[in-house]
Amino acid sequence: MYRYDEFDRTLVLERVAQFRGQVARRLSGELTEDEFRPLRLMNGLYLQLHAYMLRVAIPYGTLSARQMRKLADIARRYDRGYGHFTTRQNIQYNWPKLEEIPDLLADLAEVEMHAIQTSGNSFRNVTADHFAGVAADEIEDPRIYAEIIRQWSSLHPEFSFLPRKFKVAVTATVHDRAAVRFHDIGLHMRRNEAGEPGFEVLVGGGLGRTPMIGKTIRAFLPTRHLLSYLEAIMRVYNQLGRRDNLFKARIKILVHELGAEAFTEMVEEEWGYIKETGVELPAEEFERIQAYFAPPPYEALPTQNREFEVRRFEDRDFAGWLRSNVSAHKMPGYAIVSISLKPEGGVPGDLTAEQMDAVADLAERYSFGEIRVSHEQNLLLADVKLADLFELWQELGGLDLATPNIGLISDIIACPGLDYCNLANARSIPVAQQISRRFAELTRQGDVGDIKLKISGCINACGHHHVGNIGILGLDKKGEEYYQITLGGNADENAAIGKIVGPAFPYDEVVDAVETIVDTYLDVRQNGEKFSETFARVGITPFKEKLYAAH
Amino acid sequence: MPLIKDNELVPDPWVTLGDDEALPEGAPAIVSFERWQSEREALLQRNAPLGIRLRSDQPPKLVLDDLDRFAVVALEFPRFGDGRAYSYARLLRERYGYRGELRAVGNVLRDQALFMLRCGFDAFELAEDSALEGWRESLAEISVFFQPTADGRSPAHALRARRNGHGAIAPRAEESDDDGPIAAASAAPAAAETPGLSAAREPITAH
Repeated sequence: MYRYDEFDRTLVLERVAQFRGQVARRLSGELTEDEFRPLRLMNGLYLQLHAYMLRVAIPYGTLSARQMRKLADIARRYDRGYGHFTTRQNIQYNWPKLEEIPDLLADLAEVEMHAIQTSGNSFRNVTADHFAGVAADEIEDPRIYAEIIRQWSSLHPEFSFLPRKFKVAVTATVHDRAAVRFHDIGLHMRRNEAGEPGFEVLVGGGLGRTPMIGKTIRAFLPTRHLLSYLEAIMRVYNQLGRRDNLFKARIKILVHELGAEAFTEMVEEEWGYIKETGVELPAEEFERIQAYFAPPPYEALPTQNREFEVRRFEDRDFAGWLRSNVSAHKMPGYAIVSISLKPEGGVPGDLTAEQMDAVADLAERYSFGEIRVSHEQNLLLADVKLADLFELWQELGGLDLATPNIGLISDIIACPGLDYCNLANARSIPVAQQISRRFAELTRQGDVGDIKLKISGCINACGHHHVGNIGILGLDKKGEEYYQITLGGNADENAAIGKIVGPAFPYDEVVDAVETIVDTYLDVRQNGEKFSETFARVGITPFKEKLYAAH
Repeated sequence: MPLIKDNELVPDPWVTLGDDEALPEGAPAIVSFERWQSEREALLQRNAPLGIRLRSDQPPKLVLDDLDRFAVVALEFPRFGDGRAYSYARLLRERYGYRGELRAVGNVLRDQALFMLRCGFDAFELAEDSALEGWRESLAEISVFFQPTADGRSPAHALRARRNGHGAIAPRAEESDDDGPIAAASAAPAAAETPGLSAAREPITAH
């Protein structure tokens, strides 16, 4: 993974000192809360319902064991002993005190971490495929480009006061695990006819109150032009993005209002001026960054491991975990392990300090000391030997981290909801907890198969409900919590926005409604169809009929 | 209103005229875009320097053909979060070849100082309660930059290349590319660059 040198380190330390000064000005009263607000938002600090919340960047979701231990340490010292992993591969602390934040940031800087641009109308932490570097069909490790973009966008003097927040995701395999079609800019790596790597550039995707699928504004951008092309997009957006209405300020609205074609022309024209003006990194700097993402020292292993096969044959629970939580690795004899942060009845994405320490240990013992965070709020150990899987599974089980539900209905994405967030209309976490309890029986979940269920506590859609196969949106109806259900959403390369199934359900009925949807799917599905395939075939009507039959 | 140039409070010889105010005889005056449009001939016949003030929804492209007539271009920041003028500033310096005074006006606060400087502003009308001390402090807060911009400071990768012996020493004002001769392999980038301390800034002109 990327390591800081003295330049990176100096920048982060200076940013800590700068923020310390800003906090001091707030505490002394030199700044009012109104004046402090944009400053703290440039550094990941929100004011929530009960307390400040600090969002810490985990660039493209990659962590070292040492960093994970520091996150644990911070959870104990400044929070209540846990942290919350987010859908943008970051971690949030819900209970830090304002006066302690500068020290917290200084602690983070010790392990090359920060909270720069994790909130506010800025260029946010860049996300990437959580299978980066280990997927067989990958063109190049997308984290190389995510890191290059991270550096270029850090404290960018021109683009630090954008009309609205700005999110970029990078993926480099055909199957899109990074939801690039639902980002302000999505970069999907491709090869051109000559076999050279480049990016399909998608702009204007997003969720929120106006969900939109990104439009391809360039089918192929050679990698060497990445930064100048991004700069051109940002310059057009910074000048023309709407600043009169918060809800229409995202780039998706600009692209929609101008039309993708006119927007593309503007970007291309701007790019024509700047593409040769030295925005790109020189070759040696590219190579310096690229070298940090070289594969770890894999052993030459056989494709099969006998002891592993025996264990799998003998232990049904182990086999079940392998089925849902373990994926194929590009190297023979290795596997990708997902660690579910969605235990039955738990809070999606939460991890205690003790679990963080333990995961750090496991990463060092079994996976070259590296941990990933997925945008589905789970963790990964990406480089585990087949021979170690059984032992690792047992260790994870002892930590309550072996829930075999990755991709299943209880692997829920949920926003913090009304329990923490002052924007929310309804609770998300308790709904997620009840659904995971309702479907706790794993044979049943396994039978139901891959379903992406996503819950947002308000229209801002932090829980990505629009792209859930089943999406749940919390509403407020005259002071009562209601939940609107959408079906058929999809975040991958077959991007789709879910359709509203009908009138919303009250809190007490929403879990039953989910069960009705699942039962209906089981009734109508044909030979091994996934939920999304069945939905594509039968449409929304059968679900609607079942759900509202009694009403 | 306090005016800062080259890190010092300086007297402001310019008058910013309201659209109804009479033109002062022989004194430098900054006018609005609207006034420039409606009184163009009269303004050009005056025997005194002229400046123009643009709102954040008035891109400098509007006056592109007349840029050499202005000794000051004042770009307005109506509020902290309105960042359009950062792009305008870079365009003026890097594309349109504007070399006159580029002045930040409106809600100009110390926490924007370094961003403005890096985009090519060289004069700052501070919102009244801001002090010079704080302004100077803010300019020195960050010394490492990842983006090449109008102020000509070397981005981190260029300093790295120089440290590693790929480049060579160049006087500060000529550091516009990565190929200059090598500086002493300085341990801290802070030593290689002294931000905000009135280095001789050469505006970069393109096209």
